Amino acid sequence: MASLTPISRKPLSFVLPTTAAFGAFLGLFVGTANGSGLTGILAGAAIVAVMGILFVSVIRNEGLSKWISIVGVAMMGLFFAGLPGIILGALAGWFFHWLTYWLYEGRYRAKLLPYLTSGQVLWHYTFRTICGAIFVFLITPILVVMPLSFNAQDFFTFTPEMLRLDPAGYSLKHYQDFFTNNEWQRSFKNSLIIAPIATVISVSLGTLAAIGLSQSHVPGRRAIMAILISPMIVPLIISATGMFFFYSDIGNWLEGTLGLPKNFVGYVKVILAHAVLGIPFVIITVTATLVGFDHSLTRAAANMGASPVTTFFRVQMPLILPGVISGGLFAFITSFDEVVVVLFVGSASQKTLPWQMFTGLREQISPTILAVATILVVISVLLLATVEMLRRRSERLRGMSPT
Amino acid sequence: MSDATQSGPVLAADGTPLKRSLARSLRVQKMRAMALIAPLLIFVLISFIFPIGKMLFKSVQNDIVEQTLPLTVQQLNQWDATTGELPDEALYAAFVADMVVAIDAKKHTRLGTRLNYEQTGMSSLFRKSGRKIKRLDPETDGPFKDKLIKIDKKWGEVETWSVIKTHSVKITNGYFLNAVDMQRTPEGAQAQPEDKRILIKLFQRTLIMSLIITCSCIMLSYPVAWLLANLPARSANMLMILVLLPFWTSLLVRTSAWKVMLQQQGVINETLVWLGLVADDSRLALINNATGTIIAMTHILLPFMILPMYSVMRTIQPTYLRAAKSMGATNWTAFWRVYFPLSVPGIGAGSILVFILAIGYYITPEIVGGTKGVFISNRIAYHISSSLNWGLAAALGSILLAVVLLLYWCYDKIVGIDNVKLG
Repeated sequence: MASLTPISRKPLSFVLPTTAAFGAFLGLFVGTANGSGLTGILAGAAIVAVMGILFVSVIRNEGLSKWISIVGVAMMGLFFAGLPGIILGALAGWFFHWLTYWLYEGRYRAKLLPYLTSGQVLWHYTFRTICGAIFVFLITPILVVMPLSFNAQDFFTFTPEMLRLDPAGYSLKHYQDFFTNNEWQRSFKNSLIIAPIATVISVSLGTLAAIGLSQSHVPGRRAIMAILISPMIVPLIISATGMFFFYSDIGNWLEGTLGLPKNFVGYVKVILAHAVLGIPFVIITVTATLVGFDHSLTRAAANMGASPVTTFFRVQMPLILPGVISGGLFAFITSFDEVVVVLFVGSASQKTLPWQMFTGLREQISPTILAVATILVVISVLLLATVEMLRRRSERLRGMSPT
Repeated sequence: MSDATQSGPVLAADGTPLKRSLARSLRVQKMRAMALIAPLLIFVLISFIFPIGKMLFKSVQNDIVEQTLPLTVQQLNQWDATTGELPDEALYAAFVADMVVAIDAKKHTRLGTRLNYEQTGMSSLFRKSGRKIKRLDPETDGPFKDKLIKIDKKWGEVETWSVIKTHSVKITNGYFLNAVDMQRTPEGAQAQPEDKRILIKLFQRTLIMSLIITCSCIMLSYPVAWLLANLPARSANMLMILVLLPFWTSLLVRTSAWKVMLQQQGVINETLVWLGLVADDSRLALINNATGTIIAMTHILLPFMILPMYSVMRTIQPTYLRAAKSMGATNWTAFWRVYFPLSVPGIGAGSILVFILAIGYYITPEIVGGTKGVFISNRIAYHISSSLNWGLAAALGSILLAVVLLLYWCYDKIVGIDNVKLG
């Protein structure tokens, strides 16, 4: 959408009531927080309207009025709500200044099609606001956890010190607890043992099967596909129940008949159970990559005398590698994030990080969970970046335009 | 095609008929494909499909009574409970003989626990009587009828024996009847007493809450998917990160975040109190009830709705809308009659996916659901790990699995398994 629409100044009779309405909305909250909602509404509307007149008719200088607005409203924030009020006030001041000029100069139409009616323009921005609210809903819970993990108190909520931005309200003690507490460290280590091995099993078996499935004549392809994807479809609690009975029999047999150590058998059980759960993700991503794979390449390789194994490792593998890796990442995160199955199949010595978090949330609520959560969010950001990079690389390799 | 004039089969280069040669190469190809698939297929079949099948079988399996009391069961088959008369001495003698063996193997308490699911008091009856029956000698101490009734007068009640008789069959529908709030009685299937009917309610709650979650996901996803599909690629990719980040974040992180947000002293309540919208003494109860489960699960499942919707909406040409408008449609008509019908496959795919996932959820309801916001899965977990009524857990699991597979079949019909996309 090009900014070809000519824009013109709007009359104050349109600008002032609109900004005043926003001012009244903010004033409502300030008012109710200080006792009287109605006063808040009226005062908010009046202040913002006066500011509007001041900016566009008296000062007539956008840069200067911006700073006046920010500092002025920040001072009001300080008066009503103390130190955190300054930040909120400065943001509000910036917003009202921006809103006034945005409306007054008619900038809000610049990027829209010229023939839209006022109603359509209003709907356009209302819609954007709704979408913005939904995005806030999506992302807030993840963002809220991060500052709380630096809480100096053992609370799950913001303390007054934190809101005052007092350094004494913040500390790294929950992180310290995570890195020194034996229980957390053991569970973290268990997760790091179980998830990679389970991933390797599901990726190696899954890739082979996906290659088999992508060939042209496979009897009963749909049935096989349905079976291989079923671990993703069956509710985890049912899978966990089934595996609980199965692996306790297997475990007894391994320990009793073969005399393997108990701890080792425990890991084997959990790893195999997690490997099964990761398989559907590998199958789906790798078959999706193979759909775009040009089979004449393998034929060309064979034509030039390469053995099937060489063809696989030198021709096919490099091309489908992005799909394999992102399938592997999915499998990894599935295992790394899995609670229900490990809860049923594993024993206390196989306690993984999510298990520890689960008991932490259910029984003794320790804020260390929030520190762990923050670390896990950082890890998932890294994983997300990797997958996104691989997806683009795969699209580039296959000659598709990046979307 | 000069060969076409020849009679006889077309030959390949090595002299074999082409048809056979092709069939052979096809067979080799099939064998190779199957050889590649086989290791995984066998692995999944043995360690996933088979255990689930075995678990489902537990929902009808009931050989514990016959294994523990083989002679008694034989005698019980000849006894008619409807006459209202107590069984004769032969049965009591058989029972004592069985019990002495069972007590030796310490199996009688397990049987008591099993029968206790059907009739409260059976567990303690077997445990207490077991201590005294141990001292009897089945060879010499007869007759046993009066002795047993002296040990516990319940052995002199027709009901006790008819419960044992009712549940002595090897394959029972008892667990399934229990799962739908009914019970197996000598007179056939009957409804449970009022105060014990909780499972049907739980199934209903699971379905209703999953539906609410699915609907709220649709409401929230539609605008976002529309925006993502209609923005220029660069900004859409930026916003996509906001959708994918929750998708990639650990489930427990998101659940704990919601626990932090929704508590009485949590972020939402604190903010509302600070803004003066809610009085300090009437904070909203957002956690440990159905509201908490719905909010948290809507957030957790939202990406599963947005992504399928987005992939469908991306294929809808924006020119269709403009064409409709140029022919005189209002904004609403153009959307409702042109755009919306085209986007329905996305809604369908997303809804089924979200519903399937929601109906089997365990972790989130367990943490934020309290007692009023839990699902049928939580009940299954309770029966597996706390009450140890595995048969009932298996029956509940079978019903849940049947619902999920039915939905999955619909999903396959609408979207196709091959079209499942991730990220």
